[in-house]
Amino acid sequence: MPDTIRLRVSRYRPETDPTPHWQDYDVPLRRDWTILDGLNHIKNQLDTTLSFRWSCRMGICGSCGMTVDGEPLLTCGTFLSDYAPGPIRVEPLNNFPVIRDLVVDITDFITKLPRVKPWIIRDDELSLDDGEYLQTPEQLDAYKQFSMCINCMLCYSACPVYGLDPCFIGPAAVALAERYDLDSRDQGTKERIEFLVEPDGVYGCTLVGECTRACPKQVDPAAAIQRYKIKAAKASVLAFLLPRGAR
Amino acid sequence: MSDGPITATHDVLLVGGGGAGLRAAIAIAETNARLDVAVVSKVYPMRSHTVSAEGGAAGVFAADDSLDEHAYDTISGSDWLADQDAVEAFVQEAPRELLQLEHWGCPWSRQPDGHIAVRAFGGMKKMRTWFAADKTGFHMLHTLFQRSLKYDEVTRYDEWFVTRLLVDDGRVHGVVAIDLISGRIEAIAAKAVVLCTGGCGKVFPFTTNANINTGDGLALGYRAGAPLKDMEMVQYHPTGLPFTGILITEATRAEGGYLVNKDGYRYLQDYDLGQPSPTPVLRSMELGPRDRLSQAFVHEVEKGRTTDSPYGPVVHLDLRHLGEKLIEAKLPMVRELCLQYERIDPVTELIPVRPVVHYMMGGVHTDIDGATPLAGLYAAGETACVSINGSNRLGSNSLPECLVFGARAGRVAAEYASTASGPPAVIVDQARDEIRRLERDLLSGEPGTERVADLREQMQTTMEESAGIYRNGPAMTKGADVLGELQQRVRRVRVADPSRAFNTELVAALEVANMLDVAECMLQSGLQREESRGAHQRTDFPARDDERFLTHLLVHRNADGTARVERLPVTITRWPPGERKYGR
Ligand SMILES: Cc1cc2nc3c(=O)[nH]c(=O)nc-3n(C[C@H](O)[C@H](O)[C@H](O)COP(=O)(O)OP(=O)(O)OC[C@H]3O[C@@H](n4cnc5c(N)ncnc54)[C@H](O)[C@@H]3O)c2cc1C
Ligand code: SF4
Ligand code: FES
Repeated sequence: MPDTIRLRVSRYRPETDPTPHWQDYDVPLRRDWTILDGLNHIKNQLDTTLSFRWSCRMGICGSCGMTVDGEPLLTCGTFLSDYAPGPIRVEPLNNFPVIRDLVVDITDFITKLPRVKPWIIRDDELSLDDGEYLQTPEQLDAYKQFSMCINCMLCYSACPVYGLDPCFIGPAAVALAERYDLDSRDQGTKERIEFLVEPDGVYGCTLVGECTRACPKQVDPAAAIQRYKIKAAKASVLAFLLPRGAR
Repeated sequence: MSDGPITATHDVLLVGGGGAGLRAAIAIAETNARLDVAVVSKVYPMRSHTVSAEGGAAGVFAADDSLDEHAYDTISGSDWLADQDAVEAFVQEAPRELLQLEHWGCPWSRQPDGHIAVRAFGGMKKMRTWFAADKTGFHMLHTLFQRSLKYDEVTRYDEWFVTRLLVDDGRVHGVVAIDLISGRIEAIAAKAVVLCTGGCGKVFPFTTNANINTGDGLALGYRAGAPLKDMEMVQYHPTGLPFTGILITEATRAEGGYLVNKDGYRYLQDYDLGQPSPTPVLRSMELGPRDRLSQAFVHEVEKGRTTDSPYGPVVHLDLRHLGEKLIEAKLPMVRELCLQYERIDPVTELIPVRPVVHYMMGGVHTDIDGATPLAGLYAAGETACVSINGSNRLGSNSLPECLVFGARAGRVAAEYASTASGPPAVIVDQARDEIRRLERDLLSGEPGTERVADLREQMQTTMEESAGIYRNGPAMTKGADVLGELQQRVRRVRVADPSRAFNTELVAALEVANMLDVAECMLQSGLQREESRGAHQRTDFPARDDERFLTHLLVHRNADGTARVERLPVTITRWPPGERKYGR
């Protein structure tokens, strides 16, 4: 194994750079170093002006997503040695405005989140004095997968529909809606459907499944979207058949 | 007050959007919907470090358990340095808080009949730790974050970094913060401020803590005049992965994992922690408290019974006998982390582990409601010291602490804010001063000479050498001298990056300055405590000394920046100091 590997990093500073450009850095190639370790080596030893997000370095906070050799990945869980001899291209996530270097603006996703009402909705709330809502392990399993999302945005970065139409609510948000819909404690499906059948809701998706392939947590957002489409279709048929209030 | 540097005003401002901060925000919104609450966080709230917590959250639940037993385990675990009135409030309110989270949708693991499942945890005599597989913190934080989206009255400042508290005449009136995306520096006024900024593991080189755990809130409070309590009490977790420091949760041992030395011997039996049994025994062996387990490791190293690794000596955690099915069902994240970061499968292989800095028992001194001695300033979560943890926290007490005292601090801050008056005019000048300081000292392009990474590394090595699992007077004195030099050097810190947009070098420079204050308080406090208690083990004072040190230590900041240590009695209600017994 050679002892260094080249990281070809996308740099962009809004004040001075009209467009992003490449900058090369050689970092030690160590067996247990991740791409993130390589970036931190740059930050600490070679060039303190490089900006990127990270925090937990254990694949759970969702901060460190970047495009590595064209693929959206969590850099804290991606090893340099898997790319030897390099060079490795490191770019910001696709489909988001770039703020600076490897940092993208995810405000759009953050403002979309409340629209799917990701909280338990009930007609009648149990009082705390009455203890817990019962939920069997099987009922828990029904939504567990969709509750594993770390909001890392890899799926948005991989999604061709979101790339063309940023109004599309997007994979993780639908997965979250489905997570609450499938929770035996929740009764809010109707409220969520109202929003998700709107033009920006699930119908934008053409079911290419890139989101599911990109997801590092096996959330399978494509399945959530698929399920939602069926549900939404049923709901709109029902709405058509039901009697109207005012004639 | 929209003119000048003050760009917004809120009733209550929370610094931090982790478990404690979000719980406080919801408590305020639910107490008084007319109050205007803001959460300022240097990362998006769901990225806060609470997300990494794995094992679980303690709260009495089973029929054979009692509040008194949880209290006793906590107090004996703390080596009698916890305040017993605080512990009593804590054990009483924890189950209700955990239940509240259940009602908000937290996917707690269940028994086959649908009731909440609880597991064993270190130092706990009964099974009382609620868990969501081994991603408890992740699920709790996302549940709180998603729930918080329901309340329109909660304003968020995501990715804003607080640099200073605005204080006048012993009262806190707001903060100065940098909007990281734009680089704008602004003052946000508030009638009450709650510090919920989490821990500070990054003061040490080898830690389970995330990059963001830099003790900012401790430094903010300390500089504003709030004392820090029991800062010498630093918890080492016995099982971190070598190199990364990634935590392998105590739940592995609660489910029946063994700790073995290089001879495959369950060495804990040699350290007054009970006798080995094939299945886990509560408050015994691998389920002893963290301080005692980490200390046992050091003795194993001394006896030459550990294994050498490229990252220093290690022992091994053996989960093989638990079987794939149990590991997948209850410890999936442990397996995922081992596979990814060590390229080993705990189903068939041993996991190399070593003790690693994990948690700060100390923090901003508060009363039982989260109030600090400064009017209008509150603290909750890991950054606060109420104290329920004393000199050693029990695993799974911290997450419920965030909930119980986050909610309490939120409610009390809300009450205060609903009657307090708005900020006085002088804080505008203070805000201007702070903005000028940041722009002149750090962003003017004047080249400083000291590199952030060098300062940070030297601080970390110093702390490891002087405030490790075992300490002594001369080493701490030497460490304090080095920190003094680093304090001088940090004034000349170099921020080479002139850009305003997401300037992480600026943030790192501010963080290292914060950590130096925190580190200094740890050593000053540690030097004063001439005894061994819980996590504070001094080779020059090897025994617990209740006569002189059954007391909290408060570090105050003098006007000239030096530290002054004072004492504060420990509150004892029903459990007089006794011997800590494990495994017998
Ligand atoms: C790996 C790991 C596993 C753990 N497992 C368990 C467990 O199983 N059970 C248990 O009880 N405990 C556990 N703990 C401990 C527990 O997770 C923490 O003590 C707790 O989550 C801390 O929560 P918090 O709300 O106080 O802080 P955090 O969740 O750390 O949040 C801090 C917040 O403050 C903000 N902030 C900090 N500085 C600034 C600033 N300058 N400006 C603006 N915002 C700022 C951050 O953005 C963040 O939102 C674990 C800890 C670790 C490290
Ligand atoms: S669904 Fe998967 S890829 Fe998308 S944000 Fe969530 S964890 Fe990331
Ligand atoms: S740093 Fe947290 S997911 Fe990579």
